[in-house]
Amino acid sequence: MSIREERKTEPVEEYYTWTGKARGWLLKHLPADKLLPQDQPSYVASWIYVFGMGAIVSLVFIVVSGVVLSLNGPAWYHVSDFGHFVNSVHLWSVELFFMTMVVHLWGKYWMAAWRGGRTLTWITGMGAFLVSIVAAFTGYLLQTNFDSQWIAFEGKDALNASGIGAWFNVANLGQIFGFHIVLLPLAVGAVVALHVILVRMHGVVPPIDAAETDAQLSGTDRTEATR
Amino acid sequence: MSAPTMSRSDRDGLARRPWRGTVREYDLFKELTVALVVVGLVIVGLSAIVGSPDEPSVTLKSWAQAQPADFVATATAELGGTSETAGYGPPYNTTADATQTIGAFDLQSFSGVQLPIDTAQDLVITPLTTLNAPPSAALDAWNAGSDTEKADWTAAYTDALTNAPDGDPAQVATGDYGPVPVLTDALLTMASQGALDGVLNAQESFYNSDYTRTILFLGDGAYFGDLATAAHLTGDQWGMMNETGNTPGQSWLWLFSFWYQIEPFASAPNADLLVVLLMLVLSVLLTLVPFIPGLRDIPRWIPIHRLIWRDYYKKRAAGRS
Amino acid sequence: MHPLISYFAAQDSPGIYLGFGAFQIQLGNLIVILVMILLFVLALFLPFPSGKKRP
Ligand code: HEM
Repeated sequence: MSIREERKTEPVEEYYTWTGKARGWLLKHLPADKLLPQDQPSYVASWIYVFGMGAIVSLVFIVVSGVVLSLNGPAWYHVSDFGHFVNSVHLWSVELFFMTMVVHLWGKYWMAAWRGGRTLTWITGMGAFLVSIVAAFTGYLLQTNFDSQWIAFEGKDALNASGIGAWFNVANLGQIFGFHIVLLPLAVGAVVALHVILVRMHGVVPPIDAAETDAQLSGTDRTEATR
Repeated sequence: MSAPTMSRSDRDGLARRPWRGTVREYDLFKELTVALVVVGLVIVGLSAIVGSPDEPSVTLKSWAQAQPADFVATATAELGGTSETAGYGPPYNTTADATQTIGAFDLQSFSGVQLPIDTAQDLVITPLTTLNAPPSAALDAWNAGSDTEKADWTAAYTDALTNAPDGDPAQVATGDYGPVPVLTDALLTMASQGALDGVLNAQESFYNSDYTRTILFLGDGAYFGDLATAAHLTGDQWGMMNETGNTPGQSWLWLFSFWYQIEPFASAPNADLLVVLLMLVLSVLLTLVPFIPGLRDIPRWIPIHRLIWRDYYKKRAAGRS
Repeated sequence: MHPLISYFAAQDSPGIYLGFGAFQIQLGNLIVILVMILLFVLALFLPFPSGKKRP
């Protein structure tokens, strides 16, 4: 049975403009109760599910502390105690972001969470991971201290060997600044937004080997609510 | 869907449909709020207790003052075109056979010379001409010299420095070094007074945010690399992952870092290219796991999912009997 | 600050590195990786609170 048949009972409105068709598509694939649900399938009962939210929240702290740092310029945190604290918050948000994201990745792998048409969710997740690595790398280059000097010196070789060092020049602070505070954060944000929307569109993947005859589906499980 | 035995694709069919079984209350916004508080407390706590490192940067000035002999040897190599930068190839210059390749596959040459650096001119001669009292006679002698003369002077001076006690320019044996000792000594004075940092970075203009020349010059000497080695930052020390001190660094680069420690990569002249390509392939593989038989089946063979969904598997049996 | 924490966190400390031969790891990175594994294992084994039941 396809999703189309499933929603047959909805009132049929005719969409004849691009705008209307876009609305129709959204209403069909991401109705409000799917976007902001009040319940989840009964199998969504594990701490492993909180790590995606952990990554989102870490990202929020990264952005907020990053905005404070960038409003003051890259040299500020060397000379201000408060600046140094904000820099620490930025660093630890990043560490927690990667920690929660990687545990999330492990969890999704062992749940084979790409099943049932969720391959794009997996792929956007990997996209978020890879773009975040580049974003973090440019952040390390922006430290304007000994560590960033060395990373620029040694990092250039891999980039030059791959032919992109001329355009992505790790010793060009102005260029790296633009990448780190504008382009890469926008890219991470966009990929994460798409990822989370896809999760909500598809719903959480059922357990491996779940079957229609399971108590939870055949109506014989009295311990949980049914929809 | 009415086949008597369920094939895997049928089970996937169940994963494809919206869930119509039992549900539990789940409040996403409450989860978001709790996560904000918990993660926020952890971050602020770690920031207050552990903080973050900020090892001061080194400058050409601090280098010239700390290790003048190393500075002079490096300046000589820049003049003679024998430094690492001078022999780097694209994107800095056209040195033949300098690029990392796999057979005819040569990505490094792809960009051409986008960031041209003539080490003798850009790092030594031009900066010296900006001085109030430039060493004019030596500069004229250098500019008038033929390529062979220049190569001979710098080679002879490099050898003489190597043989001098502690590489000390003041204790070099007499020989035919042309204007080289005067030039490198003038550059040393300029650097230790702090003028060279400004001149190299600013490149004749007021604003600058491009440190390519200074970083390359620093890296051609031994001082910078020795400091990095002492801080465990170099590539053959897993340094790519490391931050200074004990603060965690980019631990997510562990695999990237790992390849540089083992053969055949560790001693390959094209190690960077090999490792980058390998990591690219591995990243694509992980991204495409859902399509790759074997890799996508491991979660079935090693049933960690039985733990994650243990409540579900426990209860479902009720409907089977 | 606890003296142990201040020792590990001291910004001018040369850092502690563990391992043998080609395998070396900085203490901070090792802790991060161990904490990730611990979080994963805890997430697998700790019981998840059951939600409120609504009729
Ligand atoms: C920036 C990093 C990421 C963020 C903010 C993020 C966020 C989320 C959130 C909030 C969810 C739903 C709740 C949950 O199951 O945790 C989710 C689900 C999912 N994530 Fe991520 N994620 C990120 C990275 C990744 C990565 C690296 C992968 C794997 C390659 C991945 C694969 C998935 C999959 C397959 C699902 C669907 C799970 C299901 O249907 O049960 N995500 N993500």
